[in-house]
Amino acid sequence: MMKILVCISNVPDTTTKITFTNENTQFNTAGVQFVLNPYDEIALSRAIELTENGNGTVTVINVGEISTEPTIRKALAIGATDAVRINAAPHDAYYVAQQIAAYAKDQSFDLILTGRESIDYNGAKVAAMLGELLDIPSVSIIKKLDVDGNAATVEREIEGGKEVITIPFPFVAGTAEGVAEWKIPNMRGIMSARTKPLAVVEPVEVKTLSDVVKFETPTPRGTVKLVDAADPEKLIELLHSEAKVF
Amino acid sequence: MSVLVYVENAEGKFKKSIFEAVSYAKAVANQLETNLVAISIGNVASSDLENLGKFGAEKVLNVTNDKLKTFVNQAYASVVAEAAKKESSTVVVLSNSFSGKGLAPRIGAKLEAAVADGAVDLPSTDGGKFIIKKTAFSNKAFAFVEMNSAIKVISLTPNSYKIEEVVGSANVEEFTSDIKDSDFKAIIKEIVRATDKVSLPDAELVVSAGRGLKGPENWGMIEELADLLGAATACSKPVSDADWRPHSEHVGQTGIAISPNLYIAIGISGAIQHLAGVSSSKVIVVINKDPEAPFFKVADYGIVGDAFEVVPKMIAAVKSLKANA
Repeated sequence: MMKILVCISNVPDTTTKITFTNENTQFNTAGVQFVLNPYDEIALSRAIELTENGNGTVTVINVGEISTEPTIRKALAIGATDAVRINAAPHDAYYVAQQIAAYAKDQSFDLILTGRESIDYNGAKVAAMLGELLDIPSVSIIKKLDVDGNAATVEREIEGGKEVITIPFPFVAGTAEGVAEWKIPNMRGIMSARTKPLAVVEPVEVKTLSDVVKFETPTPRGTVKLVDAADPEKLIELLHSEAKVF
Repeated sequence: MSVLVYVENAEGKFKKSIFEAVSYAKAVANQLETNLVAISIGNVASSDLENLGKFGAEKVLNVTNDKLKTFVNQAYASVVAEAAKKESSTVVVLSNSFSGKGLAPRIGAKLEAAVADGAVDLPSTDGGKFIIKKTAFSNKAFAFVEMNSAIKVISLTPNSYKIEEVVGSANVEEFTSDIKDSDFKAIIKEIVRATDKVSLPDAELVVSAGRGLKGPENWGMIEELADLLGAATACSKPVSDADWRPHSEHVGQTGIAISPNLYIAIGISGAIQHLAGVSSSKVIVVINKDPEAPFFKVADYGIVGDAFEVVPKMIAAVKSLKANA
């Protein structure tokens, strides 16, 4: 029986136009649709595949306030066995990793999965921090995950290629595209999600290491300089002598 | 006090992003009025290590333990953290490469240090604060992160800081550390690396294509243009989803984010999720037959036209430019 923990975060939908309020110190959540982080969904899909046929359990954990519960229910609808919400705002990656580590340390999970990164702060930090805090191996960006007994074979993305690594349980991995396909919850899943256990756990005390103090949106580019379709030579010439990129 | 920079090697050689990280770390050391120490793990020629002095490293700690020949983030984190303690480092700098992403958070957790991932500029140290600018919301914005810990770990986005050469040569010292067996549970079975191609995250120039190309059989001209320019190839999400191209080429919100000097988008409409991954490119060129394609709104140069007619002419123009160079 495999015991898998999947760490999920609640993030603005990928189509969100990002704006800020309070003199650019706060993300403007007005009208923003929050969703299960797409990379975490890949982790969850793979965890469900690995535990199919009663071969194990999948617990999802989220560090978030009560507003994240619809996202947690979505994970349960996709097929997680049960859920845990650490009742606190996710201050930074270190805070989140500490909360999850505090919960996971006595639970003997075989495998802990996260998405490769959340699409809001894009830190890609929680997987490796968790590994360190639990003193177990971690692989940050994997494209493939296969389990064989009490160990797994993963493919880690590297510049221009990949590394094939074998790791004994327990370990932490951050999943990227390729690990699994996104799953769409079916009606039965959606119905059963309402009654699946969702435990609320109070946070442990963690030292604050960082604060986001301000946001900025990129400066818009000037108007596009259009070149006639009959004259692509002109474009190459501009890139060479005006933009000087080659 | 010191600033420590971890200099990752790829098969014994340093890439451009490492010289950027050393130059950046040197500038941080200057800000803090302290020295720059580099740490290298694995087999790198001593001349290459001494050469790091040209980018500002005064001393290079060289770790050549056989067990550390290939990258294992758990063990490497132990070694770098130990070096940071020994050198009383207050800042540790790495390149935000795939390996750096697996390493920086572990070093941070070991040293109870805040980790700023994907920094795009030098820290602001006004008023005794330490604030780093990094990309957020998948390149749709920047966040300024104040780091409050005694030690700070910064990973630098490749191609976002200019290499600065100085006069100097670094002193290379052997560095040994106690490594524990429990740090080596992950075992690398195989490394597959296409060495003849430019890797996308490191690339200064990128040629990318989307559904407008109609099928994987039409990628020949994209590859030819990329090869001529010494550029990497990339693609949009629908293209990698359809398996026309590998996932590793997918740039965008759920793929990878890049910041090359030049991004040429061919037959890509420019959905917000795609723009997120490429908006920090320095120059953006869009080739699309639809004049209403949203990509034109964020492009520097564009051609409204059919890729199958335009791209071959671009190839010919690059060839003649090269022939006349």
